[in-house]
Amino acid sequence: MKTQEYSVIGTRPIRHDGADKVTGRALYGADFQMAGLLHGYILRSPHAHARIRRIDTSKAAAFPGVRAVMTADDFPQAPDRLVDLGEGDTPLSYARGNVLAKGKVLYKGHAFAAVAATSVHIAEEAAGLIEVDYEVLPCALTAPEAMQEGAPILHEDLKTKEFGEQTGRVSNVAEHFRHVMGDIEAGFAQADVIVEREFNTATVHQGYIEPHNATALWNNDGRILVWCSTQGAFVVRDVTACLLDVPVSRVRVTPMEIGGGFGGKIPVYLEPVAALLSKKTGKPVKIVMSRKDVFEATGPTPGSYIKVKIGARKDGRITAAQAYLAYEAGAYPGAMVAPGAMCVFAAYDIPNVVIDGFDVVVNKPSTAAYRAPGATNAAFATETVVDEIAEKLGMDPLDFRLKNAAKEGTRRADGPKYRRIGCVEVIEAMKKHPHYSAPLGGPNRGRGVAVGFWFNVGLPSSCTISVNADGTVNLVEGSTDIGGTRTSIAMQAAEVLGIPAEDVRPTVVDTDSVGFTAVTGGSRTTFATGWAAYEAAQDIVRQLKERAAKLWETDAASVTMERGIFRAGDKSITFQELAAKLDQTGGPVVGRGAVNPRGVGGSFSGNIVDVEVDPETGKVTILRFTAVQDAGKAIHPSYVEGQMQGGSVQGIGWALNEEYWMNGSGTMMNSSLLDYRMPTALDLPMIDTVIVEVPNPGHPFGVRGVGEANIIPPPAAIANAIYHAAGVRMNRLPMNPPAIMEAIWSQRD
Amino acid sequence: MPTVYIPTLLQTFTGGKSAVEVEGATVRQVIDNLEQAYPGIRERLVDQGKLRPNISVAVDGEVTPMGLLEAVGPRSEVHFVAAIKGG
Repeated sequence: MKTQEYSVIGTRPIRHDGADKVTGRALYGADFQMAGLLHGYILRSPHAHARIRRIDTSKAAAFPGVRAVMTADDFPQAPDRLVDLGEGDTPLSYARGNVLAKGKVLYKGHAFAAVAATSVHIAEEAAGLIEVDYEVLPCALTAPEAMQEGAPILHEDLKTKEFGEQTGRVSNVAEHFRHVMGDIEAGFAQADVIVEREFNTATVHQGYIEPHNATALWNNDGRILVWCSTQGAFVVRDVTACLLDVPVSRVRVTPMEIGGGFGGKIPVYLEPVAALLSKKTGKPVKIVMSRKDVFEATGPTPGSYIKVKIGARKDGRITAAQAYLAYEAGAYPGAMVAPGAMCVFAAYDIPNVVIDGFDVVVNKPSTAAYRAPGATNAAFATETVVDEIAEKLGMDPLDFRLKNAAKEGTRRADGPKYRRIGCVEVIEAMKKHPHYSAPLGGPNRGRGVAVGFWFNVGLPSSCTISVNADGTVNLVEGSTDIGGTRTSIAMQAAEVLGIPAEDVRPTVVDTDSVGFTAVTGGSRTTFATGWAAYEAAQDIVRQLKERAAKLWETDAASVTMERGIFRAGDKSITFQELAAKLDQTGGPVVGRGAVNPRGVGGSFSGNIVDVEVDPETGKVTILRFTAVQDAGKAIHPSYVEGQMQGGSVQGIGWALNEEYWMNGSGTMMNSSLLDYRMPTALDLPMIDTVIVEVPNPGHPFGVRGVGEANIIPPPAAIANAIYHAAGVRMNRLPMNPPAIMEAIWSQRD
Repeated sequence: MPTVYIPTLLQTFTGGKSAVEVEGATVRQVIDNLEQAYPGIRERLVDQGKLRPNISVAVDGEVTPMGLLEAVGPRSEVHFVAAIKGG
């Protein structure tokens, strides 16, 4: 299909779940009720690192209203093996240990016991009666600290891995990644300008507004039924089954509506605990986290230490680039430094590159994905250095980027060559935008730019579509709806069927009712589940052609379909008319689509930002913000713009204010939304959006995922704007007023 | 013959070569032939008949969900990269 032929794609229909969402009728996990429901409470460690010598739960178990108490000893102790947690393979012992710690707690807030009672207040009070004998241990809170010789060791069995090989060294460094291309020394020798800088970024949280929650019923027939807030119902099913050592077919997970995730609702925390408490009590058990629990015990994104060195010739060509990235994994390995290392120079065509990445465990909550995980930290470093080099060369920062921009055929440092990408088109759109040439209009103001890249992923998705007699269709899918994906998936089916998007009724169902579908994450849902819907719709079209052929007593091969009208010779019938004749032509029509697609198209994103810096207080005001992103083909432009605006706002918060403010003993001192300063509407201008469309040749409609790349450039673009406003190069996040004043003062000194 | 790009940390097996040509019509065959030429390298890529956890294979610039079963053409490029998912 050519772009100009689309009748549904590229339009902006009202989302199918809109009425329920705006009237408050949409059901979230905390809304879930059931007869006999008990309430669970998780007891968490007050220490960042401690050995548990003894736990005595007897007083809690005897407390009136308490129905069950459990610890990690209640989990089946299946032998250790690798399990897929939705973000890659992890040892079962680590997955189980993060849900309930055994023997040792590794961060403040680490869960280690749970209580089920007739009310959450009773459960909480009883949990306070659990007696624990701790041996408090010294803690390591940053990657450089944890990498030092003699640092406290979190896991006595953890040895550094290097591409499949476990070295013999017990360490907090779980893995070392290295990419080398060309001759780095020769590359730097060719450079006329070399800039090398060090950067530190704080741990930040995704900040989804809905806390984690789960209700589980261990049914009398042995089946485990779960209702929860998750980005991936099948991940919850598989992890729960794995931790409880039961077959996946024994677990059914129903995804409730989700109040944000951004990667943080892929890991599983509560479901296996609720299930075991239900098994002990014979009743359904619901657990809802508090905001403090969410901050202290779910998966923020890694803090990091990064060093970047880039050299360029006078003509503006980058000759060499080197990066060292050490990311904090939190308590268990998996710091997303691999994608950080793959993205750090991904926007540029550089002949000589060395990249070293280190996945480092520290005494903080085990980190999780957060929109383009690992890439934002890396881009903050690279894009700041790129800006400084452009300035030293006297070049316009976008011209410098254009001169070095990655394009089709560019080889990344991790090896593969890009297929068709839109990096050049994004930078050109930034350059052409009126914002880029508009006057700043006052003192202490500056403009910054930055770009970023994210891969996006494919992974399996499934859909079925059934045709109703009134000419509408029911679309059944397994992707949690985030950002309007019900609609963007339904629109792709509607386009194939030649019917309005409103005539497709999409439903997100439980894990018993649709084929395996991977997480809503990795910017994959509109791409992959949309593709499954496309295939299911094609299946419907094939079957309806056969029905039309039957009606017309002709061969199905002679029947065509265009924009919802079937034709053969001089005969024609609309989709709706044919739908009314299914009974007489052979019965119901159900289409299926199941994909594990290749053809993923990465997405580039860029920002132009104007700021004003108060030289007396260091406060940064965002005056104007333009986000540009390659969407491939925007299925529903409003939802693409929504992703761009949402990612930009999160990037602004990461840039200016958000951080885990830790004391020396590993306690987060700002674990509420009053003190953890996320931006509000009052802090922000309208985020202007420009959708660039460089169609992805790997997708039937040219889709590239758009959910993540937009968070990458904001911190660097803002840092560059701050430099042009206040004359200070910022090398740490957040760039809050104290950090900016320190930079200004140190420059004055 | 397909060209296999050797991950930096595995170039000790290939005497520092970053790319080598080996026969093979699938990724599995390519790795088997790589093992013949550079003993020990297969174990770093494959475990229990599958690509090692958190490693993906890209053929001609595209990460494939087929893993070892992916077809490889005579002029293909094969890369072993970190498996990426996302948020």
